[in-house]
Amino acid sequence: MINRRSTLKSMALGAVSTLALAALGISSAQAENKELKIGFVGVTSGPAAAWGTSNVRSMQTRAAWINETGGVKIGNDTYNINIVTFDDQKDPKRAIAGMEKMAQEGVHYVVGPNVDDGAAAVRPVAEANGIIYFPYAFPKALYQKPASNAVLGMIANYQSGPAIYKYLKENKGVKKIAFVAANESDPLSQRDSGVEAAKALGLEIVAQNDTYQNDTRDFTPVLTPIVALKPDLLVLSGVAPANAPLLIRAARELGYEGLISTETAQDAKVLEEGAGEYANGFISVGGASTPEIASDAMKEFVARYTKMFGEYNDESNTKVYALEYIIETLKADPAAINDVAEFKKTMDSFSAPNPFLKGDAKLSYVGTTSFGQKRQLSVPMVVNEYKDGAFQTLFVGSVD
Amino acid sequence: MEQVIANGLYLGAQYALIALGLTLIFALMNVLNFAHGQMYVLGGFITYTVYGQLGLPFVVALLASGVTLAVIGALMEKFLFRTVIRRSHREESTMLLAAATAFFFDAVILLLFGEKQRGVPKIVKGVFNDAGIIMPYDRIVVGALAIVFIAAFVLYMQYSRVGRAMRALAQDRVAAQLMGVRVDRYSMIGFAMGAMLAGVVGGLLVTITGVNSGIGGPISIKAFLMVMIGGAGVVGGAIAGGFILGMMESVGLTVLREYGDVTYLVIFAALMVFLSVRPNGLMGKPWG
Repeated sequence: MINRRSTLKSMALGAVSTLALAALGISSAQAENKELKIGFVGVTSGPAAAWGTSNVRSMQTRAAWINETGGVKIGNDTYNINIVTFDDQKDPKRAIAGMEKMAQEGVHYVVGPNVDDGAAAVRPVAEANGIIYFPYAFPKALYQKPASNAVLGMIANYQSGPAIYKYLKENKGVKKIAFVAANESDPLSQRDSGVEAAKALGLEIVAQNDTYQNDTRDFTPVLTPIVALKPDLLVLSGVAPANAPLLIRAARELGYEGLISTETAQDAKVLEEGAGEYANGFISVGGASTPEIASDAMKEFVARYTKMFGEYNDESNTKVYALEYIIETLKADPAAINDVAEFKKTMDSFSAPNPFLKGDAKLSYVGTTSFGQKRQLSVPMVVNEYKDGAFQTLFVGSVD
Repeated sequence: MEQVIANGLYLGAQYALIALGLTLIFALMNVLNFAHGQMYVLGGFITYTVYGQLGLPFVVALLASGVTLAVIGALMEKFLFRTVIRRSHREESTMLLAAATAFFFDAVILLLFGEKQRGVPKIVKGVFNDAGIIMPYDRIVVGALAIVFIAAFVLYMQYSRVGRAMRALAQDRVAAQLMGVRVDRYSMIGFAMGAMLAGVVGGLLVTITGVNSGIGGPISIKAFLMVMIGGAGVVGGAIAGGFILGMMESVGLTVLREYGDVTYLVIFAALMVFLSVRPNGLMGKPWG
């Protein structure tokens, strides 16, 4: 006899069976693909969290996109991408632990770390365990021989700085320049190379020793003496995205009317909220999402990232590239999946279409001029100018 | 020089307000609240959401920050600190608990509000520029509000029934209890007030310095510095510590700028010498 209770029971059983069958179907479909683990070791908490978070989210967005469309074919096999993450909290000791974790998990390709000391600290672990890593850190020793496992993931400040200063000298009449940096290894080394570049261009350096604690919240006391020197250009060397709007706002409120620039990537929304119209004219280095140069794939990447994480981060304009390079290089030489020596060999001749830029731009490894070997991703050096909540392309350069 | 003094006074007012809540909780419960900076950050994010995102008036946002943190503070005291104090006679137990809550808040704030620096529209536009002093009007307003809050807090502690009870607790917990002061109740109110102060300052300063999820730890460290200078558990000491630190920072960053980032090096060195001579700070008492 069929009563209400048995009907409900049958419906519940049916639903559970359907779900189980669906789950089985999904898992068997996924099981057809092999798994390719790509690591991330970087900072995703603390004051510099924005740097690593934009990194790892770019990787996760791209991996989800690839997996959703059936995976990536490398050689005779198709792989789903699995991003293995580790937050090093900007601590070199934890970065080492993170790289060791990657080695234990059999990961051969790791994106990060995000800062100089972390990138230097993981080098022995990476080299001993056959890991190629892609730091967002600038010390040349990481990329010059005898080092060979690190590949710089972005444009270094000693590459973009001279180009920016030269452009501003020739086009905006900049003669006097001032530098201010956080009292940490990355910003200080970026300041030093910025000072060298400015000297080489014949600019008058009116301030170069002014520094601040990275956790400073009010920059008025820091900038008061610098603004009094009336530089034409104020360079915020290696400035963290969290500090850039505060520095810009403090300088403008103190009456500074010159140009302000940095060689690090920034986020337009953060600038808009933190400095508003004071940020107009601020010059920084970006990647590929300005409307003038972004391809449809880049636009889709931004849309997927926004859907996945609620809000896009403009820093990802440069950080979208590392995973793409790893995958494309492995596609070019499938033997490199478990053999980084193969990967290194392929880097010298590698070339593939750049999906994120309009036109016929290519992905390739560069760095011969700066490092004597190809240990840098060719990322477009897009120098942006902030205006009313968005970046506009000022000029596009390249590195060889 | 006028500008340097003005910067120092403004920084001092803002620092003093940050340190008040911390010293209040320490005075009442002998708890070093390592989560004070995280409470400040949470207050900042609440104001960011209510004022910056929902578009409600700034006063409403500030109230929301204060009330939310007061509730959180009260709950923390009732369910965490009171329990630990009752069950453990070791003072470090509360310190470990406070450190754990700081890490917990850090993680929750990062999850809820993300990794980006956030800011809100200015509450007052324009810049005062006269007599060699440049000061944006919003800083003047915030500095004045900070002084009003400090004065209101001092008067409340001095003349209200709750304030008197809390001062009695701070002076001698057992004696206060014997005199009929409800220790649990006033400890909870005190912790709630300390947390509320942190939330209100976070809300107030988000209009000037913005807020991001990673600044809780550094804010706590600065607050501890002020409390150490002025004397732990003394309201007047926290205020003095705030103004001294603000002035030292402002003067140091101008006078010592040619030598790189030595200002805090000098401040820390001076603090070590000062504490070795006067371990209880300017106004602290040897018995707490």
